[in-house]
Amino acid sequence: MQSTTLILLLGLLAVGAFYFGRDRSLSLVGGPGKGRALHSLPGYYGYFVAIWVVLPALALLFVWILLEPKVVAALVVDGLPESYRSISAGELNLLVNNIRNLASGDVVSVAVDNDLRRAAALFNDYSGMSRVLLTVLVISLATLGGVLAWRNIRPELRARNRVEAVIRWGLIAASSIAVLTTIGIVMSVLFEALRFFQMVPWSEFLFGTTWSPQTAIRADQVGSSGSFGAVPLFAGTLLITAIAMSVSVPIGLMTAIYLAEYATSRVRGIAKPLLEILAGIPTVVYGFFAALTVAPWVRRVGESAGFEVASESALAAGLVMGIMIIPLVSSLADDAINAVPTSIRDGALGLGSTRSETMTKVIFPAALPGIVGGILLAVSRAIGETMIVVMAAGLAANLTANPFDAVTTVTVQIVTLLVGDQEFDSAKTLAAFALGLMLFVVTLCLNIIGIYVVRKYREQYD
Amino acid sequence: MTAMTKTATDKRKTAAVPDYHEQVVELGRETVGQVRCAEPFMVAEKVNVHYGDNHAIRDVTLEIGKKEVVALIGPSGCGKSTFLRCLNRMNDSIESARVSGNITLDGTDIYSKEQDPVALRARVGMVFQKPNPFPKSIYDNVAYGPRIHGLAGDRAELDTIVHSSLERAGLLKEVKDRLDEPGTSLSGGQQQRLCIARTIAVNPEVILMDEPCSALDPIATARIEDLMDELCEDYAIVIVTHSMQQAARVSRRVAYFHLGYLVEVDDTDKVFTNPQHKLTEDYITGRIG
Repeated sequence: MQSTTLILLLGLLAVGAFYFGRDRSLSLVGGPGKGRALHSLPGYYGYFVAIWVVLPALALLFVWILLEPKVVAALVVDGLPESYRSISAGELNLLVNNIRNLASGDVVSVAVDNDLRRAAALFNDYSGMSRVLLTVLVISLATLGGVLAWRNIRPELRARNRVEAVIRWGLIAASSIAVLTTIGIVMSVLFEALRFFQMVPWSEFLFGTTWSPQTAIRADQVGSSGSFGAVPLFAGTLLITAIAMSVSVPIGLMTAIYLAEYATSRVRGIAKPLLEILAGIPTVVYGFFAALTVAPWVRRVGESAGFEVASESALAAGLVMGIMIIPLVSSLADDAINAVPTSIRDGALGLGSTRSETMTKVIFPAALPGIVGGILLAVSRAIGETMIVVMAAGLAANLTANPFDAVTTVTVQIVTLLVGDQEFDSAKTLAAFALGLMLFVVTLCLNIIGIYVVRKYREQYD
Repeated sequence: MTAMTKTATDKRKTAAVPDYHEQVVELGRETVGQVRCAEPFMVAEKVNVHYGDNHAIRDVTLEIGKKEVVALIGPSGCGKSTFLRCLNRMNDSIESARVSGNITLDGTDIYSKEQDPVALRARVGMVFQKPNPFPKSIYDNVAYGPRIHGLAGDRAELDTIVHSSLERAGLLKEVKDRLDEPGTSLSGGQQQRLCIARTIAVNPEVILMDEPCSALDPIATARIEDLMDELCEDYAIVIVTHSMQQAARVSRRVAYFHLGYLVEVDDTDKVFTNPQHKLTEDYITGRIG
């Protein structure tokens, strides 16, 4: 039986088990209406039995699915003639793959001989046997678990506590998936970055001012030994982030102040959803907007003012990124301003302050920590932003503070390093992991500071 | 939406006490007792307040004398806080609120076009139900009003104002050595006295108090009541309270509100010993509340 069918069958068994368990608990105390004599509500006894039907059987199924291919392959290899015993692990792997393909009627990469055919038949036998065995085992385990749990039901059994314990472990498992995934990603980035630092010294990476990641693919290539100084990348990232923040912070803050303090509820009802639409535009759309509309405009305006402007200027990318971040800044600042209690606002008004005095002298200072926290979160968003800069900022790793020049950012370089043909263990590819690690550390620090500041501020009123 | 919800709440309340509502409609339209006083300073004539469709205050006429403490009492939702907030135009910031009628302060109409609500609030200060110190230092809390109104010429003058305000609010001794600490670090009762100090630092002519002791323990309450006894030598005070004992202790006159009507106003001991209106009697004997 297929494992999906098996899981469906388990589901059906669980539903049945639920009713059996519930009815047994009720009949033990003398039928419906006598439920008060039970420790838990009757339904919990039903869930208790259903859990015992499903959980052990599912665990067995899971382990079986994990181990079965290895066991079957080992058995098949054991059945092969002596001549195959001496081949290397890699060849053996290939052979097992071919046997599996042959068995399922797929394309096979070697000439098919009798040995192979016999092995494929053997493979099919073992697989079929394993499936039958699995079905029998799973169903009997489910039945066994169900019957044992069913017999265990007593009025004083704490079924609710048992069920809730299982639910709690389920919740813990679900939340640990996110945590473990994060740890896994960080670890893989970390170890690949360490491999990179074995090829390129970290001092060169951190303090070198030339970025030219072309490494030689063939031994006889010249002139592309690779140079991995990340300073221009971080300088470019900082430049673009600074431009973006100088656009988004003032506009976002003023938007938030207007919406929170001055706008009538009708204006707020229209403006807030519109801002949220701005936040919902995919960054790739901002990207081509930056590359096709803003960049040529910046170039034209700059040149008419007598500046020399690259067609992929930091300014264009930064401006568009700033526009993109406005909703983030304004909604976080809006939250911070709204978190200032109305009583404080009333207090200031009641002393005869004007609206603007209330705003500038009382509410804004009170909301400032929250606003600063929001801005830090926006900065880390800007640093990590990829699509806009890929499309609008270009690839030239110039070390410059001139916003009219082309610069490149860490995220752009990560994209370009990993796109295209390259050996995976070359310094060029691994450099992406080192850059990713740096980026992760920087944004993590900013987020931690931001969250810390926001939290400290929250405590002030509670 | 808000207006609808409010109307619905209003209807429920009306349904809960139908006979009283009818009595108010029949008997409560005419305020009994003494709405006038000897030296009127703040005068409200036929004031009506609407929140959307909800008629919150109906034809209220009341005079508040110089250096007089008037207590506004009545069951929840009777409009006493709304009336209080009319006196310094705090209702202006509520979009759906409409105020009609006539309120004068020392002879000038506070709802006239020429009247700046900001300037009015400097003359009619307000203390709120929940202590609401600004998240600033104790000193800056008190100095806030004098600063925005430009009451002090230099730092020394400002120091004097801050110290005398804290002194009069009975707080100076407790905070003298820690004026730089945040106002929120004080206890609830101290915070409320800080708010009173903040209010008198602006040197208002009338002080409105909206249940100033409802969030405080009895000891802090007693201190604030003592403070009100002292303050009424200089200011007119209007206090909303749910505690009839408090009203009896601090006020010279008591005004009883019911469902937006001002039912009875008179000298405090007269209202509490010999109420004229049946609704007032029912309220102070505990039959409504």
